[in-house]
Amino acid sequence: MTPPSSHPAHTEQPLILMEAVEKWYGSFQALKSVNLSVSKGEKIVLCGPSGSGKSTLIRCINHLEVYQKGRIVVDGISVADNPKAIDIVRQEVGMVFQGFNLFPHMTVLQNCMLAPIRVRGTGKAEAEATARQYLDRVHIGNQADKFPAQLSGGQQQRVAIARALCMQPKVMLFDEPTSALDPEMVKEVLDTMIGLAQDGMTMICVTHEMGFARQVADRVIFMAEGEILEEAAPDTFFRSPSHPRAKQFLGEILAHH
Amino acid sequence: MTSVFGPKELVFLLSGLKWTILLSAIAFTGGGIAGLLVAVGRTAERAWLRRAMILYIGVFQGTPLLMQLFVVYYGLGLLGIQVPAWAAVTIAFTLNASAFLGDIWRGAIQALPRGQTEAAIALGLPLSSRLRDIILPQALRIAQPATVGYAVQLIKGTSLAAIVGFIELARAGQIVSSQTFAPILVFAVVGAIYFALCWPLSLYSARLEAKFAAAR
Ligand SMILES: Nc1ncnc2c1ncn2[C@@H]1O[C@H](COP(=O)(O)OP(=O)(O)OP(=O)(O)O)[C@@H](O)[C@H]1O
Ligand SMILES: [Mg+2]
Repeated sequence: MTPPSSHPAHTEQPLILMEAVEKWYGSFQALKSVNLSVSKGEKIVLCGPSGSGKSTLIRCINHLEVYQKGRIVVDGISVADNPKAIDIVRQEVGMVFQGFNLFPHMTVLQNCMLAPIRVRGTGKAEAEATARQYLDRVHIGNQADKFPAQLSGGQQQRVAIARALCMQPKVMLFDEPTSALDPEMVKEVLDTMIGLAQDGMTMICVTHEMGFARQVADRVIFMAEGEILEEAAPDTFFRSPSHPRAKQFLGEILAHH
Repeated sequence: MTSVFGPKELVFLLSGLKWTILLSAIAFTGGGIAGLLVAVGRTAERAWLRRAMILYIGVFQGTPLLMQLFVVYYGLGLLGIQVPAWAAVTIAFTLNASAFLGDIWRGAIQALPRGQTEAAIALGLPLSSRLRDIILPQALRIAQPATVGYAVQLIKGTSLAAIVGFIELARAGQIVSSQTFAPILVFAVVGAIYFALCWPLSLYSARLEAKFAAAR
């Protein structure tokens, strides 16, 4: 057993480890013995048909969902061993949602400053400097004083990415970050994510953007009905998926594009 | 003793008005603070807390305010606690306001998209910050028109306090009316005073509603 610790993980130790995780919503089983290991710097793309449990899987990692069996270790911290560790895990894991979920009553800058100030105890000036730095990085620094409703969907999603980055997380989780966007805005968000990947961020992305997966992913993971059915390098997965469900899924995706 | 409706009578009405305003203000402030706790408890994760608040709200919304006044006024007396009429009335109105405001704000909290809380949790924000920074500012903004609307109801509702001998505006009007035998004139004046108190609030509430409708 790994002792709970907030020390940086060994390079060999996975940043995220899921062992035989099972999750039920009432009597419905949403995750069936999920095993997953993600190393530092790795980029994972998670795909699968609607309702296959992709969101549920990544939401278990930062305990937005409770699971009933198995173990999840993030950066050496296991919440099962130490329930208080939930707070630490959430600080280390950034999350970007399909619907942005920016705080509408706060400016872009305030959205980005809140968590560092409240959670990490960062001073105001430092939080603002960090926020401006990340807003610049997602190319939205000049909108810092606007409210979310004044921005386009693509801009809002980039703010959401900056907001998560301001906590300087070790892992970023993306749950269909471009699905709610108009087509012309998808690219600006994907480009931001590609930049993040190039800087070495560890990422788990639920997305059906196959171009993104090809360009960025180290591994593609295919899920159906709560199970991981296939894990492969993107080239292998897209050229010759082995599981029949994956073949069928890719056929449907390609038919749409 | 009969008299005509003159400056002395008007001053008496205004002293009643003072109590109406004071009672409304205390009930609204105290009920507002307690109401925040009720609303937060009513939307809490712990089931027993939610159930307790459902019961609390249900009791105060499901029984006549008049009965609540009697229960507090005579109930405290039966328990051996002698309280003056104004204190009993203030306690009853404050409790009642906390249930109604709590329920209004409960609705507003539940109207917020689930994603707001989820994003806050994902950022690691503790419950205190989620309430203070994310949930309550947005919920109170949504509930502003309904809250002002309730304040108007509360001001008019305080006339019920006359039942236990508390001399607020309506009771003062009754007294003056029986002394002057000019009920129409006296109650017209009393009505005008209530109107002057509530109308600006109603206007304000309507303006807020228009503002939020436009912002949507
Ligand atoms: N709160 C819930 N209560 C009950 N069932 C749920 C709940 N959330 C999800 N489910 C069910 O769990 C299954 C997995 O849901 P999940 O949202 O993880 O799927 P998904 O792969 O992300 O799908 P999508 O591509 O549509 O987002 C689905 O069958 C869904 O209906
Ligand atoms: Mg999903």
